[in-house]
Amino acid sequence: MSWPAVFVAIFGTVVALSAVAVVMSKNVVHAALYLVLVLGAAGAIFLMLGAEFVGWTQILIYVGAIIVLLLFGLMLTAAPIGRSALDNQQRGVALITAAAVFGVFTFIIWRSFGSARIHLNQVVRTADIGRSLFSGYILPFELVSVLLLAALVGAIVLAKRD
Amino acid sequence: MSLAWVLTLGAFLFSVGVYGVLARKNAVLVLMSIELMLNSVNINLIAFNAWFKDSAAVGQIFALFIITVAAAEVGVGLAIVLLVFRHRKTINIDEVDLLKW
Repeated sequence: MSWPAVFVAIFGTVVALSAVAVVMSKNVVHAALYLVLVLGAAGAIFLMLGAEFVGWTQILIYVGAIIVLLLFGLMLTAAPIGRSALDNQQRGVALITAAAVFGVFTFIIWRSFGSARIHLNQVVRTADIGRSLFSGYILPFELVSVLLLAALVGAIVLAKRD
Repeated sequence: MSLAWVLTLGAFLFSVGVYGVLARKNAVLVLMSIELMLNSVNINLIAFNAWFKDSAAVGQIFALFIITVAAAEVGVGLAIVLLVFRHRKTINIDEVDLLKW
């Protein structure tokens, strides 16, 4: 087992355990902080899998911006504490649904890609991403920037006190 | 390294997100669970890109698009949550059921 594979296994365990903590936590702020752990470890997995630019973008945008936004949302709304205040009555059904989804996905994945191997010896540099993004994918890139602008205007209009 | 283990991690993260969306009633926690599901898709895309060895890195580019869309989604979502809180004094999504029959 190579070193990147070992680190993918370690960070993958961190991702899985923290994700369970996010949905099980009785305190909303703790849930947000566990989400930091999930997203940071996922960014580390991206780096190990050779996705340099996406890994750092993940850490900058998710951990830097989205978590701060979610914490602001928690501070500005009443954040109750306790199992009965945060979870509804459907926990059993939700658990069954999630287990069914996981079972079907795992079955399909191992049937289709059970023998596929990743060779972690190639890093996609930021220059390659930029070249590809600004040649073949320039139209989706512009569309996404329009979407961001629309979301910005929409968020301001919605949150404006009138 | 086996591709299927990384994909299984993505599937697990997605299922945890599904559980969170269904079982939580605080709207901000539902948004967090949606972030978990979006991130599981990113893990899948990056893993397939590493397996495929595509010179154009299409998987990574689509992961970037998903990160951008997630940022837009959480911005608009939190604005809606704040608006609901201002009008109803609660973000318990079981009580916000005006559009339900």
